[in-house]
Amino acid sequence: MSQPMVSRGFRGRQRSVEANLPPGQYLTNDFPVLSAGPTPRTQLAKWDFTIVGTTLVQPKRWTWDEFQALPRVTIQADIHCVTRWSKLGTRWEGVALDTLLARVQHQARFVIAYCDGGYSTNLPLNEVLGGKAWVVDSYEGAPLAPEHGGPARLLVPHRYFWKSTKWVRGLELSVDDRPGFWESLGYHNDGDPWREQRYQGD
Amino acid sequence: MDASRRLDGNAAAGLLREIFCWEMTSAAVTCGNCGATNAVGALIIYASPMGTVLRCPACEQPLVRVVRTSNDYWLDISGARCIQVTPDTAAT
Amino acid sequence: MANRLVSPIVWQRATVIETVRETPQARSLMLALPHWQRHRAGQHVEVRLTVEDGYQAQRSYSIASPPEAPYLMLTVERIAEGEVSPYLVDVVQEGDQLEVRGPIGGYFTWQASQSGPLLLVAGGSGIVPLMAMARHHALAGSTTPAHLLYSARQVDNIIYHAELEQLATEDQAFAVFYTLTRGAPPGWAGFQRRIDLDMLEDVGWPPAQHPLIYICGPTPLVEAVATMALHLGHAQGRIKTERFGPTGGS
Ligand SMILES: Cc1cc2nc3c(=O)[nH]c(=O)nc-3n(C[C@H](O)[C@H](O)[C@H](O)COP(=O)(O)OP(=O)(O)OC[C@H]3O[C@@H](n4cnc5c(N)ncnc54)[C@H](O)[C@@H]3O)c2cc1C
Ligand SMILES: [Zn+2]
Repeated sequence: MSQPMVSRGFRGRQRSVEANLPPGQYLTNDFPVLSAGPTPRTQLAKWDFTIVGTTLVQPKRWTWDEFQALPRVTIQADIHCVTRWSKLGTRWEGVALDTLLARVQHQARFVIAYCDGGYSTNLPLNEVLGGKAWVVDSYEGAPLAPEHGGPARLLVPHRYFWKSTKWVRGLELSVDDRPGFWESLGYHNDGDPWREQRYQGD
Repeated sequence: MDASRRLDGNAAAGLLREIFCWEMTSAAVTCGNCGATNAVGALIIYASPMGTVLRCPACEQPLVRVVRTSNDYWLDISGARCIQVTPDTAAT
Repeated sequence: MANRLVSPIVWQRATVIETVRETPQARSLMLALPHWQRHRAGQHVEVRLTVEDGYQAQRSYSIASPPEAPYLMLTVERIAEGEVSPYLVDVVQEGDQLEVRGPIGGYFTWQASQSGPLLLVAGGSGIVPLMAMARHHALAGSTTPAHLLYSARQVDNIIYHAELEQLATEDQAFAVFYTLTRGAPPGWAGFQRRIDLDMLEDVGWPPAQHPLIYICGPTPLVEAVATMALHLGHAQGRIKTERFGPTGGS
């Protein structure tokens, strides 16, 4: 009874599996909107980005204009969502976490990104330094839309896409790791798509 | 656009019934943030394939979060102050 | 009884015993289940489809049949580009099997024993669970006055049109009002606009009568009508909603 039964003639949404994708992923050309809550709409005049943490010598804060004046880079990356879709060659623009973190002195080993809407995600510091993570505010040449995380989101393409949290507002630098919104609810702490780390224990 | 993805807590009835032995959408849940009490069926869901988050209709605080992983259910009810379940044999 | 022991969350193999084309976009499926527990009008089931490679899709569908019916009826409206609804509307045939579980949901339900006049508001396929209530109302011989306000795009999109007309004639306590949002045929006597405050006030019951209000359909319609009902002074606790999501045209 609990064995699923194949449904005659049902094919499901088109799923093309490609050799160059992480295991269990399929290619999509859309950009599915995923979120488990309302879309926050923060005015740019009220937006800021902060870096805080107990080991910080001096917390740091940028207004939107100050953030815009930071050195910017263009990133081309493949993104992999834990719900199994992947999208290749997406283009983003923003500020590297290297650039942001170079402006604070600390002794932390983990970053917790916090966001509007109550989300958070955690990453080891060595996974976001060395040109591996960015705060992006532009997608395919246009300002990042609110549904996709605008004004700014994290971009950590070598991890499942939930770690690229939308609506990011700051980083907490921490001595201890602290699971984020999804990591505390059964999703894998590291979320490496190439090792198919979807859920805890994977 | 994203507002049109809202569903009622009632849409999570099947999932909740996998975890609880009673029909849960008629249970009353009190929000730990604003104190509003609503039927679980009247909470707000934003359909997401990552997991089901049932929010307070008054303040949008997550009251119940459920993720189904390969082998387990992960259930977080820390946003709720209290859940009152009335066993109802006819609706189980 | 054996079916008492079968939990509503167990997947059962339902057999499609009959299909009925309701509108160009919608079709009803009559299902026979090995173990069916009497449901309540307004409840839904979940349907799970599986591809050979193991891929699965699962969706909710309201029950259209009244608790008194010996079979289970679902009515599905085709959503362009949808994954599941085009399959259920166009591909499934009599004799096919579907995995189904239910009945599910104790919140959006109505029983003839409940007090207060009834206002049902449907947009598009949101008529489905309200039809179960209307059928139950008639079959249970309820004398509770009930009004149905049904918003559809065009006259061809009205699901169960003939049966609704018949219910309105035969069930003394039941009346139906239509509104068409994308043009009406010549001689159309119903409304011809989106549901608004005036229409809701016209068709509904004064708040002093404490009506029970059930609103179902695409999320934007449900939210708009629920807001209007609150504005007219109806109590939050008397208004029940069932949002179908972005789809389900009205
Ligand atoms: C409790 C409940 C009862 C229901 N009862 C019925 C019923 O009786 N009859 C009925 O016909 N339907 C009913 N529905 C709706 C049904 O469950 C499906 O949602 C519907 O059939 C569409 O499924 P699909 O797989 O065809 O479409 P999907 O493939 O899920 O998507 C359909 C379309 O909607 C849009 N869409 C979907 N998700 C998003 C998103 N996140 N953001 C933007 N656009 C999106 C897409 O553009 C897509 O083209 C009910 C829903 C609920 C929650
Ligand atoms: Zn609240």
